[in-house]
Amino acid sequence: MLLGASGSGKSTLLFGLAGLLEGGESEGELRIDGLEPRIARDRTGIVFQDPESSLVMARAGDEVAFGLENRGVPAAEIWSRVDGALEMVGFPYGRDRPTDALSGGEQQRLSLAASLALQPGLLLLDEPTANLDPAGARLVREAVGRLVAGGELTMLLVEHRVKESVDLVDRLIVLEAGGGVIADGPPAEIFAARGDELAAAGIWVPDHPLPVPPTRPRGEPEVLLVADQVGYRFPGEESPALAPIDLAVRSFEALAIVGPNGSGKTTLALLLGGLLRPSTGTARGPDGVPVWRVPAHRLARTIGSVFQDPEHQFLTGTVRDELTLAPSDNRIPGEATRRAAELMDRLHLAALADANPFTLSGGEKRRLSVATALLGEPSVLILDEPTFGQDRRTAVELLDLLAAQRDAGSAVCFVTHDLPFAAALADRTLELAR
Amino acid sequence: MRRFTALRPDPRAVLARANPVAKLGAAAILMGVLFVASGPIPPAVILAAIVASVPLVGLGLGTLLVRTWPLLVAAFMVGLLNVLLAPVGSGGLDLQTGLALGLRLLGVALSGVLALASTDPTDLADSLQQQARLSPRLAMGVLAAVRMLPILAVEWQLIGMARRARGVSPGWSPPAAARLAFGKLLALLVGAVRRATRLALAMDARGFATAERRTIARPQTVRPADWGLLAAAAAVGALALWIGAAA
Repeated sequence: MLLGASGSGKSTLLFGLAGLLEGGESEGELRIDGLEPRIARDRTGIVFQDPESSLVMARAGDEVAFGLENRGVPAAEIWSRVDGALEMVGFPYGRDRPTDALSGGEQQRLSLAASLALQPGLLLLDEPTANLDPAGARLVREAVGRLVAGGELTMLLVEHRVKESVDLVDRLIVLEAGGGVIADGPPAEIFAARGDELAAAGIWVPDHPLPVPPTRPRGEPEVLLVADQVGYRFPGEESPALAPIDLAVRSFEALAIVGPNGSGKTTLALLLGGLLRPSTGTARGPDGVPVWRVPAHRLARTIGSVFQDPEHQFLTGTVRDELTLAPSDNRIPGEATRRAAELMDRLHLAALADANPFTLSGGEKRRLSVATALLGEPSVLILDEPTFGQDRRTAVELLDLLAAQRDAGSAVCFVTHDLPFAAALADRTLELAR
Repeated sequence: MRRFTALRPDPRAVLARANPVAKLGAAAILMGVLFVASGPIPPAVILAAIVASVPLVGLGLGTLLVRTWPLLVAAFMVGLLNVLLAPVGSGGLDLQTGLALGLRLLGVALSGVLALASTDPTDLADSLQQQARLSPRLAMGVLAAVRMLPILAVEWQLIGMARRARGVSPGWSPPAAARLAFGKLLALLVGAVRRATRLALAMDARGFATAERRTIARPQTVRPADWGLLAAAAAVGALALWIGAAA
């Protein structure tokens, strides 16, 4: 397992080994069985983080056959190898299953099968479970575990969430941000000797729970948002994306929304955020107006939404511009600049004021997207997977920030698969079922 | 929000089973006739034949109408505008010209739609490589891109919602709306390029770029029925031209 804080180059190293790095400057050399990675490509297989943008074909069997066709495997041999690979990963459907009808966990197991069909000696896994719900992630880990137990494969795994996957590996390599190796050896030894240090550097070391934020006196909770039988169904689809539910969102309260993929968590966040018109029921603010009807500039001053992909929310070319673009038309002169400076300070973005938002690191993008939602000083903050892809340090920062926001009287609602994060922050948990 | 999923025709339907390139060929024959024919009668005959073949496609009429109504409306509007905007005093001919133009457009659109809607995209890509000798790079690349379209459609809607969340809305000002749409388009493109890069990497990681001699896992055959389909299209075209000339 390759570990390292955000920006230490774990994925870059993996891509280099897969022979997929092109352009840019490189130093030193990589060799696989003594060959350049590009030439040794048929000895390596790689599974990427996002199954949606790594599947090529429309049907499961064709996806596995794709690599075999490229290698010039005789047609008569292809389908028996496809079936063998699908069986190896415990793929539950036939070859004709449409790939867009698969869950994330099933798609990842299909990607794994597509790599295995080519019989690689070195299997590279780039955060294969990052996009998955806990149940899907477990099935992928079990499939990987069976392969590794076979003993014929070398596997190199990059994973943020160490605890769940550490049993799959014999050896741990910790990369230093900026170059170099911090540690290399059996996981148990490394974590025992240097666990605290690594956790402080942003690595998700097992048995280092997130610090629970300090308890501060809070005011009397008031209902800020009421969802009355709110549900959503995509036009033309039979089953709803979100079955109708009742929910009250209160000040001085952090609410975690959890549940498997496909249970409608993101849809609920959009409905509560006034961004999507519900197909049944209504979500109303304290003034009784359905939130989806509230004009945009006023909405940003009552409900702040943070999307899972921070880039969706960026509108300008620099961090400073992003934060002076206040969602209001009647502000005091100088107020926007003052507020931007304050937010940049609070979220450690001051040094990046002139940087383009799209060039920031994952953690910086996340902090900036939260800052943009806080601009209008909304009383309700809704976040979709705030810790997705983040290292431990960013998660701790978010935890402190959101707890402070709540204790100052905001309602904080967050959708998450990250159960430890939910446990550290949430006062109440809503579990959605499929 | 709206989700865009591929049409899945009943695989047992006659036209769904036909060779994809043969279907495109048949559609091309009809389009060629529509292009050269004059007057409203030939397009009407061809349209009648196309409508009669709908039950062979393996898709419900309702599904087809839901997916193609913008095309139908557009065809109708072209015909209508031709009548309304024609210079005054050019006589009763305009109604006929407008009708003919509308029907021709409708015929071109519907024959293309039927050929594509009754075809699985994977079969089309396979057949284009095997029967039309299209390069795998192009055929597979387009196939993979088609798979991305529904994802981009969802992304577009999410970007719009993210803008509303930021307090940005065009209101009633057209310039502001144009600026907002341009910004959304840019954001969509940035995301699309990133996805396309990842997809290209995923394809190359499995030897697509370096493939010297690809094998074919799904052979596409041309059967006598496919020649029959081409002959039928030619016959319908000839009939339409003959009736048109006779009238």
